[in-house]
Amino acid sequence: MPVTAQLEEISKLYGTFAALRKVSLTLEVGRCYVLLGENGAGKSTLLRVLAGLLKPSYGKITVLGLSPDEARERVGYMSHAPMLYDEYTGIENLRYFADLYRTRPCLAPEEMLRCVGLDPALTRPVGQYSQGMRQRASLARVLLSRPEMLLLDEPFSNMDIGSAHQMLALLQRIKADGCTVVLTTHQRELAEPIADALITLIAGSVATTTGKIEAAALRP
Amino acid sequence: MRRPYFLTHLLKDIRLEWRSKDAINSMLFFALLVVVLFSLAFDPTRESSRQIAGGILCVATMFASVSALNQAWTRELRHQVLDAQRMTPAPASSLFLGKVLANFLFVSIVEIILTPVFIIFYNLHALGNGWLLALVLPLGTWALVVNGTFFAALSIRTRNRELLLPLILFPLFIPALLGMVLASSYILTGEQDPSLWIKMLAGYDVIYTTICLLLFEVVLHAE
Repeated sequence: MPVTAQLEEISKLYGTFAALRKVSLTLEVGRCYVLLGENGAGKSTLLRVLAGLLKPSYGKITVLGLSPDEARERVGYMSHAPMLYDEYTGIENLRYFADLYRTRPCLAPEEMLRCVGLDPALTRPVGQYSQGMRQRASLARVLLSRPEMLLLDEPFSNMDIGSAHQMLALLQRIKADGCTVVLTTHQRELAEPIADALITLIAGSVATTTGKIEAAALRP
Repeated sequence: MRRPYFLTHLLKDIRLEWRSKDAINSMLFFALLVVVLFSLAFDPTRESSRQIAGGILCVATMFASVSALNQAWTRELRHQVLDAQRMTPAPASSLFLGKVLANFLFVSIVEIILTPVFIIFYNLHALGNGWLLALVLPLGTWALVVNGTFFAALSIRTRNRELLLPLILFPLFIPALLGMVLASSYILTGEQDPSLWIKMLAGYDVIYTTICLLLFEVVLHAE
């Protein structure tokens, strides 16, 4: 199976605090990995390292065969913050980002908003959206550039169950198109149906890996 | 042909400012207050006005700009938009250039409104080439804005960034401030030729703009 990202003994230190401790993972193309763990276990840090937004203190990482810095534009990252301008409407935000991603084969912003269940004609600024609507607009922003690896930090938080299932169906389609999905969640039962592997982090280390690709996900 | 990246950032900043008017309003009211209060406090004669006017105008603009420059990256920091921008293929320098141009425009608008008020309150008539002020003010403003935007970005991850920005910015801005004040004083009084100071300002702008553009990527991706 082709590999999307490879992490070898990655550690991330903040001063003397180790947010990640010798994490080794192999992420395969078109798979969905769900990161589980308590608050402070290192899930968000791991996603930011994969996104190239944080540099690991130790260890080696390749994303899409490149360094995370070089692969950054081919990766979609959605944090728990919406990463959108409050004063802009959803469509204005997406048009702005589509312009910045002009070198990538982007989807139409209007189409992307409809895809996540938002009306592109909505004139309300994002600052007046509900939390769930912001999450969906944020997902639309991430999917706009057709990323090859999708990193989602708590995508179902603040979402009603119907919207969460809508998002899951969308993620299933994205996965089927060959995109690798890595998401963190506290709602394990929600993510389990699309997960190929469940990776549990405890105090910055990979504690357990369960699922269909158990052997590949956790390297010795 | 598609527009350059910096224009995308610039248009975004102008649209956002047009909707909120945060930066322009705060700068304008502060600068107007300084100008009015100074004129009431000192009651200068026409001759002494010419001597001090350049300095007062520059200092009023400088302090007013700092309040706006401190907020320059606030919208990007809120909801981590800056991280989303870091993920895009657009070069970091384009983000910086767009932001500098937007700030330059906002400060210039304030100056355009402020200058006539200033002339009336201080009863000013330039004895030198008055049109040269149209060169001195933008050059000085650019020096302030380019450094201010850069150091505001540098201090966004610190706790006391409102305090830190003027502490870093003002000492570095002193050569440009000196050039701006002396050039405008010479223009107003007609005593000396201001060309040396105008050239110095232009040189300062070129050097600092180049340095900031080159270093911005490091600042943007710093942890």
